[in-house]
Amino acid sequence: MSYRERETKLTLDIAKDTLVYMFRKMVEIRLFEEKVFDLYAQNLVPGTIHLYAGEEAIAVGVCSNLRKDDYITSTHRGHGHCIAKGADLKRTMAEIVGKKTGYCKGKGGSMHIADFSIGMLGATAVVGAGIPIAVGAGLSIALRKTDQVVACFFGEGASNQGTFHEGINMAAIWQLPVIFVCENNLYAMGTRQSRVMLIENIADRVVAYGIPGVVVDGNDVLAVYEATKKAVERARRGGGPTLIECKTYRHKGHSRVDPARYRPKEEVEEWLAKDPIKRFKERLLQEAVLTAEEIKKIEADVAGEIEEAVRFAMESPYPTPEEALEDVYA
Amino acid sequence: MRKITYREALREALREEMRRDSTVFLLGEDIGKYWGGAFRVTEGLAEEFGDERVRDTPISESAIIGTGVGAAITGMRPVAEIMFGDLTALAMDQIANQAAKIRYMFGGQARCPLVIRTPFGAGVNIASHHSQSLEAWFMHVPGLYVAVPSTPYDAKGLLKAAIRGNNPVVFCEHKLLYPVEGEVPEEEYTVPFGVADIKREGEDATIVATLYMVHKALEAAKTLEKEGISVEIVDPRTLTPLDKKAIIGSVKKTGRLVIVTEDCKTAGVSAEIAAIVAEEAIDYLDAPIKRVAEPDTPIPFSPTLEQYVIPDEKAIIKAVKEVV
Repeated sequence: MSYRERETKLTLDIAKDTLVYMFRKMVEIRLFEEKVFDLYAQNLVPGTIHLYAGEEAIAVGVCSNLRKDDYITSTHRGHGHCIAKGADLKRTMAEIVGKKTGYCKGKGGSMHIADFSIGMLGATAVVGAGIPIAVGAGLSIALRKTDQVVACFFGEGASNQGTFHEGINMAAIWQLPVIFVCENNLYAMGTRQSRVMLIENIADRVVAYGIPGVVVDGNDVLAVYEATKKAVERARRGGGPTLIECKTYRHKGHSRVDPARYRPKEEVEEWLAKDPIKRFKERLLQEAVLTAEEIKKIEADVAGEIEEAVRFAMESPYPTPEEALEDVYA
Repeated sequence: MRKITYREALREALREEMRRDSTVFLLGEDIGKYWGGAFRVTEGLAEEFGDERVRDTPISESAIIGTGVGAAITGMRPVAEIMFGDLTALAMDQIANQAAKIRYMFGGQARCPLVIRTPFGAGVNIASHHSQSLEAWFMHVPGLYVAVPSTPYDAKGLLKAAIRGNNPVVFCEHKLLYPVEGEVPEEEYTVPFGVADIKREGEDATIVATLYMVHKALEAAKTLEKEGISVEIVDPRTLTPLDKKAIIGSVKKTGRLVIVTEDCKTAGVSAEIAAIVAEEAIDYLDAPIKRVAEPDTPIPFSPTLEQYVIPDEKAIIKAVKEVV
C-alpha cells in the first residue's frame, strides 16, 4: 500500500529564504488567480478559465525543489504551475487575455501556457495526456545522462485514463526521473471521486506498478515540499519515479461557468478553513520567520506586480489575424 | 546500381541516422534483439546500438507516442514504431492532439521531431484489425507530415529526411512492400518532403498512385501500353506536404486523371487529390476524374473477399479506358 507522510512540523531545516520564497510564490498565485477572476467578470478574458486558487501549496511545494533546467508538465488548471516554475507574470497574463505578447503569442490561452526556457513543457487540456509526455522527458534525461528531473502535474480524474497506467508503468520499468504529482481535489468537474473509484488514495494505484506512492496534505506546503524533496533526491540519483498524492480542494468551481453546487456547503467551509496560504502564514508568524509587517509588505509587493502584469497585458496588442497561419510547422 | 529490399532500405536509413546522430533512438513493441520488429525492419540494430537506443516497450501505444513526444520536445529524435497502422487508433490523442499541436499551441516554442513508422495495407489475410490504409486520417491533422514511400529508394531517402526534420511525421509503410527490391545507391542521399516523383512518363492519362498501388499502376500501364495507351504515373511520395504542382503539371499535359489509392474511397486520399485538381485545374481536364479505391467496408479475412476489395490492375485499366 501507499503510505501517508507523518504530520510535518515546521523546522528550521528549511532555509528561511526558501520559506519566504514559497510564501511569496503562493501569494503570487492566489492574487494572480483573483485578478484573472476579476478580469473574467469584466469580460476581458475570452473563453474559459480553470483557477488554481486553493491548491497553491502543491505547485509551490513541488517546484521549490526544482532547478531551472528541470521540467514540468501541466494541465488545464495550470496557471499555478507556471508561476511556481518561475514564469513571467506579464507574459502569463497576456496569454490568458489573448495578446501577442503572451507566452504562446495568443495561440494557447489559459489552458495551454508553456515556457520552454524554464523547463515548463506546457499545459495540455486533454486530461491525462501530459503523463506520457512527462515520461518521455524523463526518458530523454536518461538517454542524455543528465541529472535533471521531471514533475508531472495532474488531477485525480486523470488516474482513470489509460495514459496514467501506461505512462507510470513505463516510467517504473525504466526507472525514469519523474515525480508524478496527483492534485486530488476530490472532484473531476462535478464528479466526486467516490462515484468513480472505490479506493480513497490514488497513490495506492502506483504501488501496483512497483513504485512508491505517498499521500500528503496538499494544503500544507511544507508537507508537499518535504515529500517532493525526497522524491527529487531519489530521482536525481537514478532511484526512479515516485507518485505524490496531494489532498486538496479548489476554492472555485471547475471552470468559469461552474458555481459548484454539487459540493456540500459544510465540505466547502471545512476546506476553506484549511486554506493553504492562511495556514502557512500562521506558521510563519508562530515560528517568527516573518513578522506581520513583513507579510503585509510581501502581499503589497505582489499585488503591485500583478497590477503591472495586468497593465502590460491590457496595453499589449492582439496578434494580427494572419498570424493564425504561422507556427504550424517548424 | 545495387538492389536491396524496402525493408533493408528502411533499416539502412535507421542505422545511418543512428550512427550520425546520438539523439536518434528507436522505441516500439518487440523491435529489439528478441524479435527485431514484427516485419524485421529493426533486426540487428539492438545488437549494434544497444537496448537503450533500440528500446522494447510494453504494449502501450498511447504511451509509446506520448513518450516520443516528450523526448522529442526535450532534444531527442525518437523514431517510434507502431506495429500495425490500425493500432495508431490507440495513440490518436497523442498523435493528433499532442504531437501535431504542441508547436502551434505554444506559439512556436516547441519542436517535435518525432517519426512514427507504421505499416498499412491489405493483402496478407490478417483481416480488419491489421490491414487498413488510414493515411487520410493524418492528412486531416495540421501539424503532421505524412510520408508514403513506394520504393526502397524513396523509403530510405524519406526516412532519413524525416529523422533529420523538425516536425512530427507519420511514416506510412506498406506491408507488401517490405520484400520488394529496388535500386538504392551506396552513397548518402535524402529525399525531400513535398516533391513527387514521376514513376513513369506518358501522354494520354495521369495516374496518381501511392504506396503499393504505384506498383499495380505500373503493371497496368504496361498492359495499356500494348493497347496504345500511354500512361503517366505520379507518385506524391508525401501526402503532407503534397506536391500539387507536380500533379497539376501532369494533368495539364495529359488532360485526364485517375487516382489509385488503397484506402476507402469516402473522404480518402483520392478525394483530396480530386478536389485539388477540380479546384485548380478543371479547365485542363478532358474527362471526369476517376478514383480507384477500396469500397467503404472494413477489410475482410477470406482471400476471395479480401482480394475483391483491394484495387487491382483490372480496375485501374478499366478506369483509364473510361477516360481516354
